[in-house]
Formats: sequence, C-alpha cells, structure tokens
Amino acid sequence: MTTIVSHSTAATREHPPLLSAGPLGWVRANLFGSAWSTAVTLALGYVIMRVIVSAYDWGFANAIWTVPYGKTGIADTGVCQAAKGVGACWAVLTDKYRLILFGRYPYDEQWRPAVVVVLFVGLYIVSAMRRFWRKELALIWVVTLSVVFVLMFGGMFGLSEVTEDYWGGLPITLILATFGLAFAFPLSVLVALGRRSSKLPAVKVLCVLYVELIRGVPLISVLFMASVMFPLFMPAGVNVDKLLRAQIAFILFAGAYLAEVVRGGLQALPKGQTEAAEALGLSYWQRTFLIILPQALRLVIPPLVNTFIGFFKDTSLVLIIGLFDLLTMGKVALSDPPWQSFSTEVYIGLAVIYIAFCFAMSKYSRNLELGLSRAQTR
Amino acid sequence: MSQATADPRYAAARAAPKKRLRLSWTDPTFRGLIWQIVIVGMVGMVGWYLVRNTMDNLAARHIATGFAFLDRIAGIPIGEAMLPYNPAVNTYGRALLIGVLNTLNVAVVGVILATILGTLIGIGRLSRNWLLAKLTAFYVETLRDIPLLLQLLFWYTILQGLPAPRQAWHLGSALYLTNRGMKLAELDWQPAHTVAGIVFLVGVAGTVLWSRHAARRQDATGLRPPTWPVALGLLVVLPGLVWAALGAPLTIDYPVLRGFNFQGGLTLSPEYFALLLGLVTYTASYIAEIVRSGILAVPKGQWEAAGALGLRSGEVLRKVVLPQALRVIIPPMTSQYLNLTKNSSLAVAIGYQDVVSIANTTLNQTGQAIEGIAFIMAVYLTISLSISFFMNWYNAHIALVER
Repeated sequence: MTTIVSHSTAATREHPPLLSAGPLGWVRANLFGSAWSTAVTLALGYVIMRVIVSAYDWGFANAIWTVPYGKTGIADTGVCQAAKGVGACWAVLTDKYRLILFGRYPYDEQWRPAVVVVLFVGLYIVSAMRRFWRKELALIWVVTLSVVFVLMFGGMFGLSEVTEDYWGGLPITLILATFGLAFAFPLSVLVALGRRSSKLPAVKVLCVLYVELIRGVPLISVLFMASVMFPLFMPAGVNVDKLLRAQIAFILFAGAYLAEVVRGGLQALPKGQTEAAEALGLSYWQRTFLIILPQALRLVIPPLVNTFIGFFKDTSLVLIIGLFDLLTMGKVALSDPPWQSFSTEVYIGLAVIYIAFCFAMSKYSRNLELGLSRAQTR
Repeated sequence: MSQATADPRYAAARAAPKKRLRLSWTDPTFRGLIWQIVIVGMVGMVGWYLVRNTMDNLAARHIATGFAFLDRIAGIPIGEAMLPYNPAVNTYGRALLIGVLNTLNVAVVGVILATILGTLIGIGRLSRNWLLAKLTAFYVETLRDIPLLLQLLFWYTILQGLPAPRQAWHLGSALYLTNRGMKLAELDWQPAHTVAGIVFLVGVAGTVLWSRHAARRQDATGLRPPTWPVALGLLVVLPGLVWAALGAPLTIDYPVLRGFNFQGGLTLSPEYFALLLGLVTYTASYIAEIVRSGILAVPKGQWEAAGALGLRSGEVLRKVVLPQALRVIIPPMTSQYLNLTKNSSLAVAIGYQDVVSIANTTLNQTGQAIEGIAFIMAVYLTISLSISFFMNWYNAHIALVER
C-alpha cells in the first residue's frame, strides 16, 4: 500500500478526467446517464421550471398581502378579486390568522392558547430527547397537560373562565392529538398485554375483539358514535360536552392502533428475557414493568411516532362532527363573505402548518430508526 | 424413547403431575380464573349500564328500535346511483344499498389506480436520474404530511373553480373538464360487447390452463411448448372474431354541449372525481414507499446471480426479483388498501353520497342513530374482513415454501 502511494506521488500529478469526476461527472452520471435519462431530465426540467416560475409569479410577484378596510371595518377585497388567477391573495391569511389559529377564544385572552401551543411543542421536543426517556417523563407530561388545562379553562389564578364553546383552532388539534395519546397509551399497553396473555383466554378474546373491531371501521363512524350515540348511553340529565365526547372517541380509536404497535414490540423481545425474569423469581407485574416493557417500548418508539403523526392528521376529521379544530376554523374563516372565493390560499396556509408538524416528527422518527438499528446491529 | 414409555414402571413417574385446581391465591390457575371473572364482569357491567341507559333514553324519546325503517320511503335525493332510484318511490333500504355500491365503486377504482400510481412513483424514487428521484421523493414527503380531508377539500374547490361547460377545457371531443365534473366519450355498449367480454374471460381461463399444461410438459420433458400463440389466439383473436361475427358494432357516444350542460357520454361528478383524486394521490404516496422498500429488500446479489444465469432483464424482474419483493410488499399493501377503503368515508365532507353520507342522512331523518351507525360499521367490517381474507389468501399463495 505504502509503496504504491509513494510511486504515485513521485509521478507527475495528472488532472482528474473532466467528464467523469467532479461536478460535471456527477451531472453526467446522475442527469444524463443514458438517452432515456437525458430525455427524462429535459422533460422534467422544463416542467419544473415552468411550475416554479408560475408559482413565484402567483405566490410572490403578483401576490397581495394586505387590503384596505372600509368604514364599517369590513375588508374591501376588490384588489384581490381583480388579481384572481394571476396573484395569490395572502391578505386573507393576514386578516384571519388569529381566527384560524385560536378560534373564537376571547381576543384579549388569546395569549393563553398561544402559550398552550408553545407548551405542547416544548413537550414534544422534551419527549423526543433521549436523555429524558425515563420514568420522570410521565411526570413532565402530567404537569404540562395540567397547566394546559388550567390555561385553557381559566377560572383560577386570576384567569377569567373560558368555556369549551369558545375554544378553537390549533390548540384543539393539539389537545385532541396529545391528550388522545396520553390516555390511549396506558390503555394500549394493557390491551397489548391482555392480547398476549395465554393464561387468561377470556381477557384475550375481549382485547382481540376491541382491537379488531376498532381497526375494521373508519374513524368517522367512531366519531359519529361519539356525537350521536353517546348521549343515548348516558343516564338522563347527564350532558357531556362535544369536545370531551370526541376526545373519548379519539382515545378509544388510538388505543386500538397503539395496542398493535406495542404488541409488535412485545413480540420482538426474545423469549429468554421472560424466562430469565421468571427464573429470578419475579412476579408477573415485576417481570412486565421492570424487564419486558422498558425494553419493548424502546423498540417501538419510531412506529409510535408514526402512529402519532397519523392521529395528528386524523384530528382534522372532527370537522365532520362540527368541532372547531384548525381545519374547521379555516372553513369558518372562508365563510366570511368578502373572503369566500380565496379558499386555495387558506388551504395552502393550513397545509403549511400541518406539514411543519408532521415533517418534523417523521424526520425525527426516521433518524431515530437509523440510530436504533445501528445500535442493534453492532 | 418408545421403550421407556412402554415400561409401566416409568410411565407413572414420567407423566406430568396431574393439575388440580386449588382454591388458593398461590395457585396461578385459580388466580387467573379470578382475574378473568373480575375483568369480564366489570366489562359486562359497564356494557349493561350503557345498554340500560340507552333503552331508557329510547323509551323516553319514543324511538322504536329495529330495522323496520328500511322499508319506509326514503325521500333522499341521490345524485349518482348505480341502480335505478327514485326518492319518491324507493325505500331507505335501497338508498343504503346504493350508498354501499358507491363506496365499493370508489374503493375498487381507487385501489387499482393508487396501486399503479404508487408503483410508478416508488420505482421513480429508485431511479438513477437524480431529478426524477428527488421529484418523486418530494411528492411522497409532501402528500403524506397533509391531512387527507384537507386535500379532498382542496381538490373539490379546485374542481368547482373550473370553467363553466361553455368554456370547458377539453381534449379533442373525447374529454371535457368543467365545473360540473368530467365528461368522457363512452362506448355505446351493445350485447355483442357483452358476448365478446364473456369469450375473453373464457379465453383467460383457457390461457391459464394451457400455461399450467406447458409447465407440466416442461417438468416432464424439459421442453416448454410455446404459450404466447395460444394466449394471443384465445385473448385477442377469438373475442375479436366473435365481435366481428356479431356485426362489429362500434359507436362512440361523445358528450355534446346542449344549452348550459353536456348531453351524452360518461359523467364523473366533481364530488366523485375529487374524492378519487384525493384518495389515489394520498394513498399512492404510501404505496410508493412500500414498493420502494420491497424492491430494496431484494439483495443486489439476486440481480447479479440471475444475470449470471443468463436470464434476460425482463425475466430477472419477473422470475427472481418480483416474487421475492412481493413477499415483503403484500402485508403492508393490504393495510393500505384497507386504509383507502376506510378513508373513502371522508366522502361525506365533500358531498359524495357513499354509505356513510346516506346512512347519516337516514339517521338524521328517522332518529335511528344506533341502527344507522351499526349499519355503517357492519358494512366496513365486512369489506375490511373480505379484503384481508383475500390478501391473506394471496399472501399464502406467494409465500416462501419452506422445508
């Protein structure tokens, strides 16, 4: 090896061939590798350039960011109407963003839902960090969710009370997804354990029925059940409000899907772990909580995050039963007569918010998967 | 071993000690029994509590339970019915049946199109062309991160914003895009086409039989009788001859602008078209990832070994790579098909009348909430179980046969 190196240094240094190395070589290999590849590159390049240019014209060059307001405080969207099809009317977002993000929450108190959103994001970030993967994390969740509850509801610590009828927008989406996960997760662990128990056949049958029944029907039917059938289930006079009913539906729905994820982790654990724990004389609950679950749950964190992304997107379905989440608030904003014909702009704005959350989570889950699999193969 | 068990002296010692249930907390079997009784009892009590409340509430509201309402006149206008339907005459039962057919229609067409699009995109992500690989990756990443409902609403408003029929965008005179949906030229269906179709199906069966025969001959003699001339004859020539013998009818029904709308041709309503577009593009982004990981799961050595054996590249793909990739692809693909079918229930948000939409209207009109939701759940459970049954059968069919 060393001799070869010394030889080459002794020889006159030659330039690398221009067309097979360096940036030009990369372009040749990856964009113009064959006649077919060249054709694809040229066709796609043309289309992409056209799309980018027209998207820039529509979204930036000809876009309208603000509109004047009339004497009655109603937006005058004449400029936007004139630019329709040529330029985007982002004015609808600058005018309506508070309504879309925080719903009909009292305007002066909207710092509270804003803090709630920040708390949720902070909670996600803390849960994502490996150094916090320990029992205290459960405590952090309990404390944060309690603070969220107090902030939204008010009525104590000098905060004015705001009932759930006035909640809306992004906090509702985050509440449904996060509280759904927080309550569905313990449920799913119990169901997954029940489904794997060979000594309790009746419990196993119950768990299988629950999981398969929920997974076989669409979320909408569970939500309809919560909004239409739930009042029938309760004794006369008991009135459970709509958000809580939807939240229960979400927990039941999420529980079934998470149970399958957790079961995957339990199955992936070698049987020797259980047997070794048995040999040490540990009881069933000691085995489960000290040996099995800490290992099994660690294995399923990436699919858990992916399932959570699914729930996060699925919260938009409460639109159909008339709850005011982010998507519904977008539609409410569009029902204002001056802005009715600018739905594309609003939908793009909403999509950006959803993409920001989902993309961060899926990127994280993929990195985690790589890291965990690297740790295992070593 | 058999000698030892045959010896009566050892038999008693070797047999496992007979388990007898002891009524003690230290006995695991007894403990398990108690746990089961407690848990099942608790679930049963909660269930009984809910049922009793429901019965009381229904009695208080004077709602009769049962499915008798299915025979009443529906009065729900339905835009797209695959069966003859008149809201003034037909019953709720028929309206719901039409809803089920509409759901199945979207699900079947959606699954086929999503598989095709998803496979193309999945292969595109593996392309050596950097631009194509990045573009398909962008497609997958973006569409997966936007809620399907938002995408459906988006497509629906886009389709409603299309020009009116008079200024329709069109492709020749065969395809028009308007704010009233998509109009397509349609073949005027004659009995001769039905007969030719049946002959074609018979031809498919014949081709399968012949290729099995060819495989047996190949196993027996090492020589494979040619299959493609037989397939060509049975699948193309024979149906064509039958069609020609019946007078070769070929009239195409073009959509024609009359007054404010088009007459004739095939119509895809904006609701149906938006739902299909949303479902297909969204599910395809998931299918693309499944296809990609399936192909990547086949080790590179398999390609090289097959090439070294002298197989042509088409044969390598068909006989070596695909059979192995499919084993990885089929199980997650099944759950995507199930997801697409369940997601088709979002039709209710954009006004396509699938089973959820019609059942929802029904339960609002009749007050039969429990029956309506039970009906929706029963329909989806049946569809889900059928799909997973079929896919499990197919999976077992292509699974690796181990010794």
